[in-house]
Amino acid sequence: MAIRRGRGVAAINYPTGMNLGGDPTQALVHSTPTGNFMVTLSSVDLGQGMKQIMAQICAETIGVPTDRVVVDTADTDTGPHCMGTFASRGTHRAGNAVIQAAREARQVMLEVAAEELEVNASDLETDGLGNILVKGAPQKSISIFDVALSAHFKRGRSISGRGMFLIPRSYPEKETGAMKPSTCYAHACTVAEVEVDDETGEVTVLTVKNVFEIGRALNPKMVEQQLVGGSWMGISHALYETTEPYYPSRDHGGTDFNQYLMPGPGDLAQTEIIVLERPSADGPYGAKGPGEMCANPQIPAVANAVFDAVGVRIDTLPITPERILRALKAQAGAPN
Amino acid sequence: MAKVPVQFTLNGAEKAEFIDSGTTLLHALRDKIGDTSPKGGCHQGTCGACSVIIDGELRLSCLTLAETCNGATITTTSGLSEGGVLHPLQRAFLDAFATQCGFCTPGMIMAAKVLLDHTPNPSREDVVEALSGNICRCTGYEPIIQAVLTAARSNSQHAA
Repeated sequence: MAIRRGRGVAAINYPTGMNLGGDPTQALVHSTPTGNFMVTLSSVDLGQGMKQIMAQICAETIGVPTDRVVVDTADTDTGPHCMGTFASRGTHRAGNAVIQAAREARQVMLEVAAEELEVNASDLETDGLGNILVKGAPQKSISIFDVALSAHFKRGRSISGRGMFLIPRSYPEKETGAMKPSTCYAHACTVAEVEVDDETGEVTVLTVKNVFEIGRALNPKMVEQQLVGGSWMGISHALYETTEPYYPSRDHGGTDFNQYLMPGPGDLAQTEIIVLERPSADGPYGAKGPGEMCANPQIPAVANAVFDAVGVRIDTLPITPERILRALKAQAGAPN
Repeated sequence: MAKVPVQFTLNGAEKAEFIDSGTTLLHALRDKIGDTSPKGGCHQGTCGACSVIIDGELRLSCLTLAETCNGATITTTSGLSEGGVLHPLQRAFLDAFATQCGFCTPGMIMAAKVLLDHTPNPSREDVVEALSGNICRCTGYEPIIQAVLTAARSNSQHAA
């Protein structure tokens, strides 16, 4: 009986969003009378940072500072349609819709500015600080504040735009079954090192090293935050969490927080995160979906590490001490 | 059933309420007094989201009867900032990206405050031990541990 060490590797290929009956998200953008911009969405911020990212995307597209944008994700009864915040789709789907809406709003904004400055709209550019300038003659300019006032009170225009991003439904080919379930994939690879006590079946994860390829990281700190949390959650799913430990039987399933096993701050593996940025062709400013993807590769990596350590394949989650001990018994030829 | 009077100091202000006997402090704070910074996660003392400080000690407000708090001095996360200036722990949580959904954050900050009040220069193990009664779903804990260590360092720099 001994503590045995093992190392496992796993790589994943993860779709951004899903494609059951078409996957739409819509967005509306409009300016207030003082040239702030409002993004209206039904895409909910669960804490993953949807509001911050959508504000950045809208600001970048219109050409204003991020703090000039307010994002309202208040109400699915009244907001533009969104399929939801799941399947790592939020940034990709809602971001594309916001870009489209913001482009339309920007065009109206430039048209109003052109009338005020008596130039062609195509000769105008934004400085990213809240001003619109004539290309090549930046001394001729107007603030977006004044443009908005003009649109509202003088020219009777709405500086606004509509965004609609739809991944259409893909039907499988009858002959081959081939289809296009997603247009955009994120990737990850994890190496996990574990110790397995072959007497108790207990697994301790020593280190987890993750590389995530997530398109462009629109907000690197928030990406890191999500990846670190996701990596931990992957280990939690690999080793601890389930509501049905003897699925499909409900026996011994946790019914409250006392009985639902999750690792605490004392159970952390040494975690490393590396981000690779390969902008996606159809992502907003090259972004893919890092959210759900980042909690996946740890699970097969840990399973492989357990196999490397004690030579048993556990193919049911979570990888509990009981499952490991039963597998070790079976391996030794003893009745289960 | 007759209401019972309860009187305590909450974040420096005197509070007096008539409550049903058996009301938890969490319920009294959130629904009677309107301080929603303590969160109701599990309502059984397991998740730590409802943590508050009663007379200097970390307590679970979901398992504390409000009527046992007569005369007590209670601190919640909403009482930490002064004049719009964030408490060093709040600032450290913000800077370390130690929150995502935010539901566990007030309880984490309460647990961390009691630790730093008693142990101004904690080790990483001290921090882990202090936070071990609080569940976080989002962060993987590491950013929270780092935030508490950072707040401790900035406190000791202030003192020096």
